[in-house]
Amino acid sequence: MIPSLPRSIAVRWGNGAYVTLFLLFLFLPLAIVAVFAFNDAPYPAPPWHGFTLDWFIGNSELNRTGLFADTELLGSIWTSCTVALWVTGLSVTVGTLNAFLLERAQFPGKSALSVLMLVPLVIPGVILGISILAFASRLATLADDMFGLDLDFLRPGLPLVVAGQFSYIAAIATVTISSRLKRFDLTLEDAAYNLGASWFAVFRTITLPFLKPALIGSAAIAFLMSFENFNTTLMLVGSDSPLTILMYGRMREGASPVLNAVSIFLMIASAAVAFALMRSGKRTRS
Amino acid sequence: MSEPANRTQSRLLLALLLIPGVLWLVLLILLPHVDLAILSLKPHAGAGTQQLSLSQYGTFFEEPLYWHVFVRTALVSGLSTLLTLLVAFPIAWTIAKIAKERTRSYLFLACLIPFWISETVRTLGWMILLRESGVLPALLVKLGITNAPIEMLYHDATILIGLVYTSLLFMVVPLVSSLESLDNSLIEAAYDLGGKGLTVLRTIVLPHAAPGITAGCIVVFMMTLGNYLTPTLLGGKNSQWFTEQIYTQFITRFNWEQGAAFGFLLLSLSVAMVWAGLKVSGQQFADVMRRA
Repeated sequence: MIPSLPRSIAVRWGNGAYVTLFLLFLFLPLAIVAVFAFNDAPYPAPPWHGFTLDWFIGNSELNRTGLFADTELLGSIWTSCTVALWVTGLSVTVGTLNAFLLERAQFPGKSALSVLMLVPLVIPGVILGISILAFASRLATLADDMFGLDLDFLRPGLPLVVAGQFSYIAAIATVTISSRLKRFDLTLEDAAYNLGASWFAVFRTITLPFLKPALIGSAAIAFLMSFENFNTTLMLVGSDSPLTILMYGRMREGASPVLNAVSIFLMIASAAVAFALMRSGKRTRS
Repeated sequence: MSEPANRTQSRLLLALLLIPGVLWLVLLILLPHVDLAILSLKPHAGAGTQQLSLSQYGTFFEEPLYWHVFVRTALVSGLSTLLTLLVAFPIAWTIAKIAKERTRSYLFLACLIPFWISETVRTLGWMILLRESGVLPALLVKLGITNAPIEMLYHDATILIGLVYTSLLFMVVPLVSSLESLDNSLIEAAYDLGGKGLTVLRTIVLPHAAPGITAGCIVVFMMTLGNYLTPTLLGGKNSQWFTEQIYTQFITRFNWEQGAAFGFLLLSLSVAMVWAGLKVSGQQFADVMRRA
């Protein structure tokens, strides 16, 4: 079972074979997506027709719309980025404030609040979506009936998408930043105060640098989570589709390899964020 | 600074810290769910009356299609969770107990990478692999196993593969952390006392890993139950997934009252499973969430 105990050759080989198969299972779908971005055929399907970059750089002259000419797709990437930036900014800000609230402040009902802050993580995304959709539309109707106000941001659209994603990503940011703040040695702050530092100076030179890895980490996670979110977004989206929604629509119709092309960029971007996170994680631990 | 002034100041600071968090929970979580609950108790708009009733829930039980899909979603999610556990356990064991330092971190990284990449991309990969004109059917024809390409999408097995694939990481991580804390000398002792592999697994390993197994199962079940993308794309019209029903009621049919009732049923099932899982293993909700 473990290396310190005698293991038969069959067991050892079996284990190796299983791990290999598992890795194949993990990476085969991703590799396939990447490979068929370069296939010279109108559908991402075998057989192999030769190498082409048409699905990236193709335009109307070639009768193929490559990624860089596909304005709808590029627009949806931009939409996703805008939404993700908003969600990241909001989540990290609220997450940081919550972390200080949970780790530093004392008030009645604190433990209840800290559990409540985890609740968004167990609500299925679809339900977060519909509940916010219904509530916002009730508010919009109320505002219209009572004050004659036309509050457009409460109708399905990007502001609601931001709200929906923020509703659970804020919980993730809260957990990440709190757990870092918990490990902070309060005597460091006391020492600085004793040396005559102002509250702001202590925060800027001691607390904030300590929190920085968690802030960067949770920002990266928030951005990625928002960019890749599907369930909540699907319920709240208006006329501007973020990338995942647009891709889903096209995949149902039978996709062209331009989706593979955009997927390659997504893979590279996600992998880059993941590696950067892991490296910064290692540096703070050592 | 005098004492009272200081106290006022710290009260003010507390209030400032409290406001964003409370606004978030009240405006985006609490009130929307209360509103959804009320909505689910209303008759369909245009029915004339505004009397609150359980009629939307009644429709759910009267219409076989609805509760069939609900039960099916729950069962497939359960099966998928079990399969994920079976697939993930040997890998978690390898990472925690067998692999050497370097292989361990590479293997762990290999498990992580696919999950950083959008579910949409991963599902696209499975579609290209499995559809009738796809890679695997073509390979089977070439190898002479089948005469004509077979459609491998739109089966229940396809949905299961997709769901297991999507959930793996969330099972591997809690399993690894619970297995790492298991002292090797316990296994060695059990072995020295004549315990065979299965006995050791049953009496030593599983009891120790139980918290990790429960945490993994809870998270995976919850995520699978609420999944939309994988079942609808890999299952097509045969997917019959409950989240799809909610979408249909809300967006396609614009029957929000019915959709709200469906949403609450799904939420109840999810909460019930989490609660049952915690009861069975005697764990705290907060611990499990942090573990995951």
